[in-house]
Order: sequence, then C-alpha cells, then structure tokens
Amino acid sequence: MTAARTNRRRLGSRLAPYALILPGWLWLVIFFVVPAVSMLSVSTMTGNDLDGFKQTFHFGTYSQAWHDFHTQIVRSLLYGLIATAICVLIAYPVAYWIAFRGGKYKSSLLFLLLLPFFVSFVIRTQSWEFMLEDDGMVLRALRDLHLVGFMQDIGLVSDSGQILQTQVAVVGGLVYNFLPFAVLPIYVALERVEPALLEAAADLYASKPAAIRKVVLPLSLPGVFAAVLLTFVPASSDYVNSTILGGTNTTMIGNIIQTQYFTNLDYPTAASLSFILMGILLVGIFLYARALGTEDALAMAAAR
Amino acid sequence: MTASVEAAPRSARQPRRRRVGRGWLLPIWGWLVILWLSSPIIVMIVYGFNDGRPGKGVSQHWNGFTVTWYENLFVYSDLTEAIKNSVTIALATTAIAVVLGTLMGVALGRFRFRGSGSVNLLLFANIAAPEVVLGAALLSLFLAVNIPRGYGTILIAHVMFSIAYVVVTVRARMGGLDPALEEAARDLGAGPIVTFFRVTLPIIFPGVLAGALLAFALSIDDYIVTSFNNGTTQTFPLWVYGAAQRQGGSVPPQVNVMGTLIFSFGVLVAVIGAVASRKRA
Amino acid sequence: MSESLPPELTPDLLRGLTSPRLNRRRFLQLGGLSALGVGLSACSIAGSKGSGGGLGGQAWRDEIAKFWANQKKQGHLDFANWPLYIDVKGNSHPSLDLFTKETGISVTYKEDISDNATYYGTKIAPALKAGQPIGPDIIVITNGFELTNLFLRDWLIPLDQNRMSNFYQYASDLAKDPAYDRGNVYTMPWQSGITGIGYNPKLIGHEIKGWNDLLDPKLSGKVGMFANNLDLPCAALCAIGVNPETSTPDDWNKAADWAKKQRTYVRKYYDQSYAGALARGDLWATMAWSGDIFLKQAENPDLKFVVPEEGGLIWTDNMCIPIHASHPLDAMTYMDWVYQPKIAAMLADYINYITPVSAAQQVFQKEAADATNDKDRAYYTNLANSPLIFPEPADFARLHRYPVIPADQVDAWNGLFEPIYQA
Repeated sequence: MTAARTNRRRLGSRLAPYALILPGWLWLVIFFVVPAVSMLSVSTMTGNDLDGFKQTFHFGTYSQAWHDFHTQIVRSLLYGLIATAICVLIAYPVAYWIAFRGGKYKSSLLFLLLLPFFVSFVIRTQSWEFMLEDDGMVLRALRDLHLVGFMQDIGLVSDSGQILQTQVAVVGGLVYNFLPFAVLPIYVALERVEPALLEAAADLYASKPAAIRKVVLPLSLPGVFAAVLLTFVPASSDYVNSTILGGTNTTMIGNIIQTQYFTNLDYPTAASLSFILMGILLVGIFLYARALGTEDALAMAAAR
Repeated sequence: MTASVEAAPRSARQPRRRRVGRGWLLPIWGWLVILWLSSPIIVMIVYGFNDGRPGKGVSQHWNGFTVTWYENLFVYSDLTEAIKNSVTIALATTAIAVVLGTLMGVALGRFRFRGSGSVNLLLFANIAAPEVVLGAALLSLFLAVNIPRGYGTILIAHVMFSIAYVVVTVRARMGGLDPALEEAARDLGAGPIVTFFRVTLPIIFPGVLAGALLAFALSIDDYIVTSFNNGTTQTFPLWVYGAAQRQGGSVPPQVNVMGTLIFSFGVLVAVIGAVASRKRA
Repeated sequence: MSESLPPELTPDLLRGLTSPRLNRRRFLQLGGLSALGVGLSACSIAGSKGSGGGLGGQAWRDEIAKFWANQKKQGHLDFANWPLYIDVKGNSHPSLDLFTKETGISVTYKEDISDNATYYGTKIAPALKAGQPIGPDIIVITNGFELTNLFLRDWLIPLDQNRMSNFYQYASDLAKDPAYDRGNVYTMPWQSGITGIGYNPKLIGHEIKGWNDLLDPKLSGKVGMFANNLDLPCAALCAIGVNPETSTPDDWNKAADWAKKQRTYVRKYYDQSYAGALARGDLWATMAWSGDIFLKQAENPDLKFVVPEEGGLIWTDNMCIPIHASHPLDAMTYMDWVYQPKIAAMLADYINYITPVSAAQQVFQKEAADATNDKDRAYYTNLANSPLIFPEPADFARLHRYPVIPADQVDAWNGLFEPIYQA
C-alpha cells in the first residue's frame, strides 16, 4: 500500500467514530441538550407564573426542594433499587433461556416478551389493579391455598389482607413494567457467549452451576450493567404505578414533579427536582460502573 | 478427553445434553414469565367479549359473551385515528432510532476516541431525565423556533428519548465483535460500507433487534412527553388516559378490543417469524 | 334587576356591569398577536398577567363590541372537548351533524382534553405565552385554578352577550351567573357534576350521611378520597361546617387539620379508579362523582350516592373561546345553539351529567309520552327522572362551588393541602 493510501486510511479511521456518532449526537444535542440547558436555567429562576420568572441564579430552590421532598426522592430511589434487583433476578434466567435454548425462535420469544407493552400502560396497570384487588384472583387464590398468613408474615400482603395500595403493589408494578428492559440487555450480552466455552468448562470437569458462575456470569456483566441502567433509572422517575397501584404513603418523586409543574406552575422547583434526581442517578450509575471495575463502563473486553 | 479436544464440526457432534433434570427448569421459568407479563393482556382480551352498557366504560362484572364491540370497532373515530398514529409513529421512531443508535453504538464500542466519555454522559443523562422536564423543555424549544406541534414533533421527541436505549443494547453486543473479522473483510477488498453490512451488522444483530424492540415499546406507550408535543395529533395512550379520566377509570370496551387486535397481530408476527426462522435453518 | 331599566341600560350592558372583573383596568388586544408574554427565553420567562392599559369598564365593553362587530362567520369550527362527552352514534356525532345541517358550519371535533392541569400546562400556557394560537376555537375547562388563571391572564375572548339568546332563555339557575364567572362574561357551561360520597351500606352496616361519618374507625382503610387540591380541601371545609366559597385562611388551616386527622382512615387518594374499587369492595365509602356511581350501580346494585349533609360540591365544565382563535363567531354560534332544549336533551341522553338546560326534562317527558312502546317510554321516563341529569332541589341547597382563591394565596392553599395527599 502506498503511503498516501495508508495516510488516508488512517485519517479515515481516525474520523470514522466521529462520523458515525454525528447524526445521533446532533439529534440529541439539538433536541435534548439545548432544552435541558434551558431547563437548568429555569431551575435557578425566581418569581411566579403570573408575574414572570427572572434569572437570579437562586440555588436556594434546590435546597428547598430537597427539604420538602427528600422523603419522596429517597423512597423513589429505594423502590427503583428493589425493583431493579428483582427484575435482574427474574430476567437473568429468562435471558439465559432465550440466548442458549432459544435456537431459531429467539427473535420470536423476544417479541412475545415485549408484546404486552404494545397496549397502553393504562390498560396494563388497570388489569393489574383488577387482578390484585382485595377479592380478586390473586388474593382469592392465596386464601384458597391458605397462604395469606404466610404472605403477611413475609410482608407481601398487608395486615389488613390487601395487596393494592401497598409498597408491594407499587414495586410489583415497577418490576412488571420494566422487566423487558432488563431481559433484553442481558440477553444481548449472553447471546454472544459461545456455547463452546460452556462445553470447554464441562470438559474441564466444571459442574453446570460452577461453569455458569465462572464463565457465563462474568461475560454477561456488561449486559447486567446495561440492564441495571435501563431499569433503575426510569423506574425511579416513574409515576404511573404509584398513582394507580399505590396508597397514601407511596408517592414517588415523579408524581411530585408533575404536581409542581402542572398544578403549582412552579417551574423552578420542578426543574430542580428533576436535576436533583438526575444527578443522584448519574452518580449512582458511575459508582456502580466503577465497582464493576472498568473505567469505560459500557465496553468490557471479554477475557477470551 | 483427547477425543473431545479434536476439532470435529460442531453440528456433526452430538452434544451431550442432559434433557432430564435441569433441562426443563429454564423453559418453565421462561414461559411462566412470559405468561405473567401477558396476564393483564389476557384479562383485556376476555373483557373485550364482555357485554355491558354501550359506550360507557368496561364493566368489571361479567355480563355475558358478546362480539358487539368487534362489530362496532370504529365507532370512536378519534380512537381509531389515535391507534393509527401511535403505530405509525412507533414504526418510524424505531426505524430512525435504530439507525442513529446503531451507528453510535458501533462507534462507541469499536473505537476509543476523544469525547467518548462525554458522549456516554450524554446518553446516561438522557435516560435519567424525568419525562416531565424532557417534554416541557422540548416544547419550549419548538415554541421558540415556531415549529408547529403535531405528528412531526411527536416523532422528533420519541426518537430523542429512544436513541440512548438502542445505543446501550448495541453497545452491550459490541464487546463480542472481534476487530480481526472486520480487518479480514477489508483485506479481502471490502469497503467500509460493505464490511458493515456483511460482517458487522449480522454479528451485532441481536443488539440491534433488542434496541428496536425497546424503541418501539417506548414510543407506542409514551404519555407525558407526547402530551407536551403533540399539538392536536392524538395517540393511543393519550386517548385511553383521557377516556378513563371522565369515566372513573374505565375505558370503552372498544379499547380492550383494539388492544386485543394489536396484541393478536403481534402474536401473529411472532409466529410467522418463528416459522420463517425454522425454514431458514 | 327586574324593575324597569333606564333606556340606556340594555340588558346585556347591565349584565356586564354586574361583573366585578369589569371594574379592574384591563386592556385586551383581540385578534392580533398579543403583547402578553414573549415566550420562554433562557434568561427569563415572561409573566402573563393582563397588562392594565388604563381602560375603564365602558371602554372595555366598547372594545368587546368592536371586536365582535368585526367578526364574520367562516363556516368552520374546531372544538376540543373531553373524551366521551358528546353524543355518539355509529361513527359520528348526531348533534354536530345537525348543527352543520342547520347552520352550515362544519365542525372538527377532537377529544384532546384529558385533564385540566395537563391540558393547561401542555397546550394552553406554552402556546399563549409565546403569542401563538392553541388551535381549537372552543375548549372545555372545569371551574377551578386553571379557569381562574385563564381569566387573570386575559386568555379568553369575552363572549358576545348579544348572541346568547338561547342561553339566557333556557339556561338553568345553575348555569347562569355562576360565582366563578359572574355575568357569564367568558364561559357557558357544558355539563356539571356533583362530588359527594359513594358508599355500600351493605358492607358498612348503616347509611352514610356526611363527611364526618367517614371518620369512623370501623371504616379504617376502606375510605377513599380524591387526590386533588380542590375536592379534598373543599370536602374538609364542608366537614368543619364552613362554606368553601366564603372560607378564610383560618378556615383552611382547620380544614387541613381535619383532613390530616382523616388520613389514617384513608386507603388511598384517588386520581380516577375509585368507582371500581367501591364496586368490588376494596372501598366501603369514598368521595365520588354522582355519574360514576350511577354507572357502577349496574354492576353492584348495593351502591348508593349521597350529597353529604354538611355540603357537597358541584363543578362545571365550561365552554370558552381562547384568544387568537380563528373562528370566534362560529364558536359563539355553536355555544348558544346547544342551549336549545331539544339539543340539550340529545346531549344529556348520552352524557348523563347535569345538563345546564332544565327544559330538557320536558323534552324527555314528551318523548316518553309520545313513545310507541314500553321500552322507549321507560327509557325516557328514566332520563326525565334521573337525579344525575336533573338534581333534586333539596340537594341543590347543600351544593357548593369551589372557591376562587386569590392569586397571592394559592401557594398557601397548595402548601396546606398537597402534603396530605402527596406524602
């Protein structure tokens, strides 16, 4: 190859990543970053809707918002965390099943997994409400099986014998609504693990669980990380499940932000709460990425 | 032990799979989860056949079997239009977000370059941003630049929050992409575009498919961001939520029917896909 | 008002004179880009208070008259309403088709409004602050904070009082001259509803008579209330014996205490789905809209609705014309047209909320009398006697409207009551 061609190649490959990133990046900068920055500026304005808001770089809104709503913020993060943990636990075997046993039907199975989401969240959550009602299918089944007392002991059913309007219902709703978001990334990571690796492990006298633990699990960690990212973050800002399935003490920060924005017309507070939430989530994600031991959180070269 | 180390073609070798014991646990779990995810849908399908007072919300009491709602499916013209809009917007969103997101995912996974950290931050921030703020901020942008709100702005908004999800799933797949494969292709004379379509894309296809499914689901089910930026274009979640508001939480039976039809159509697509893949193998 | 009037005081002028809003100095720019608000900029968000221009009451009325004199009928109308809030038959709305046939004005009907606050916050406020039209010529907004905001910001076109002949002839006392819009300057009611208590006497063991009956420990965990900053506070005010419309901040504090005390018994503060919860027994008693309870009685005949003895609440969804609307005259024509009794009956037949035209009752009675078979006769008799559409006069006395909270006290009101349902 001539020097010129090599140089052009090198330049081409140097520019390649930027060229690939450009369209998506541009879209996000125009339609996300610019609006987000304007919202950031709103969060430090003072005033009211009738008389107008002026930029005064008033950061007190942030501390006031935290003071007023830290209970809901912490609660949302907690619900999000629990829901994510349960999601990953449920999702991992499903993803494993589709990736390793799905064969030719992988795409169809994935599609089936997501199918319930093509009908509106209103319908889904209302159907859940219907199933979880005090005299509904789930509780009636539990009563027939004499499991209610047991369920109450472990806290899944309230002392008054209900599931709806408890934290359990809200977290359950979150798990339900975000499960596919956990399955898909884990599936994607598991799918690239070659079955030959597992066979090699078996040949080396590893038992199946040990093989999974030592071979598959580490290789699938990027997928688990992505699953946590795509589940924990949106689950913490969710408001639908709390509204429909929740009770008097399960309000999440998403509800609060909605009220501040729509009912109180208090745009600075709504913006500050959003950025507080975003900030905590971002810090959490980066800490988690660090804990996984990579500096580039999303690219983990598999040891081969 | 030496025999199994020899390179016998994998397809010819009979794998020593243990069909009993552990073999059945995974599929049962998998199907249970799929069933669980679909259970509200089953309720919805059943109630699409529930007789009741016409035009006024679904009765939760079983009133008898009827197919009236199927006959009167298009009674609510707004509902029909809403579904049409939702489906077409979701398809378009998926198409655009998959293209933009895959390119970004490939770049981030394949190359190390200056600025990749800030791009990651951008994507994380996009996923982390609460919807109310996303929607409101975008609307103020549209107003400032005087873009009329409608189908186009909904599309822009949906692509905006879907790209990051596609990038994340494609990225999770990129780790397995051996750069040697692409170099080999190039050595064989393939240009970058051919390499991408013939070598890279098939390998990362699961990630792309996963991202596409996520983008579609996100788009077809979105409420808040859409409610800011839709102008007078109606979408399915908006209509259903509005209908439920004035009826104490119940929706017209036609909603259940529409949902059933969407779901059935999806199952049909999945079955066709399964049959087609069987043929392919 | 019924004594003989001096000649220069025409009835519509007098109506206008009685509205307190006209005494404030307001200058309204109609039809062009308003000077109100310049849109969200990075450095500030313009306020939207109507800018006083120093015009007194008469000058303002002249402006309105001049505006309407310049309007021409254009043959089209965009109407935004709540879902399932108009008659439906097959694929069309018979009342709208009839309107088009009789007046030649075509109607584009969109069910865009799902919630007052969301519609206000996503469609009305951003557009009008940027000086752009919102699209529809008629919107339907419930009396409450959003409607009051629309008045304060001069975001509605005052109605042409000369084109409201059907309204003034047929509108019920409920619809005419409501406290939140004296003189019907901006709004004409579409439908109204009652907030009271729905309950299941079989499960409770006795009747529920009022809000204070909900403070029963035996009902603990089986009581529902609304999660909004109007119904909940006003119910609490009624419960402590105060008329919400004349309540003072002191009363609000006491009401908040009542609501906090009640909180331990409340299962949930509901956005929507209380009726289903009541029908299936998750709730035994709940704050409720009369229309919803009526619907659920088909499922569970044990359910009952009562207007609480301390006081219930009546709300009204109002038709109004936003500024920058493209077809105001066509809008006026429609708004008055629906006040004919036979049209009101058409709508009430389907919608089943309180109709603003009491004469619709006679229409139903006549239909019942003219009916050719028993089924139709029973149907129309039911409609004519329906307490949902035509409330009992006895109930009326106990119904209150939401108060109009002064702008500088809204934050205090919200700060008192929101933490109760948003803890």
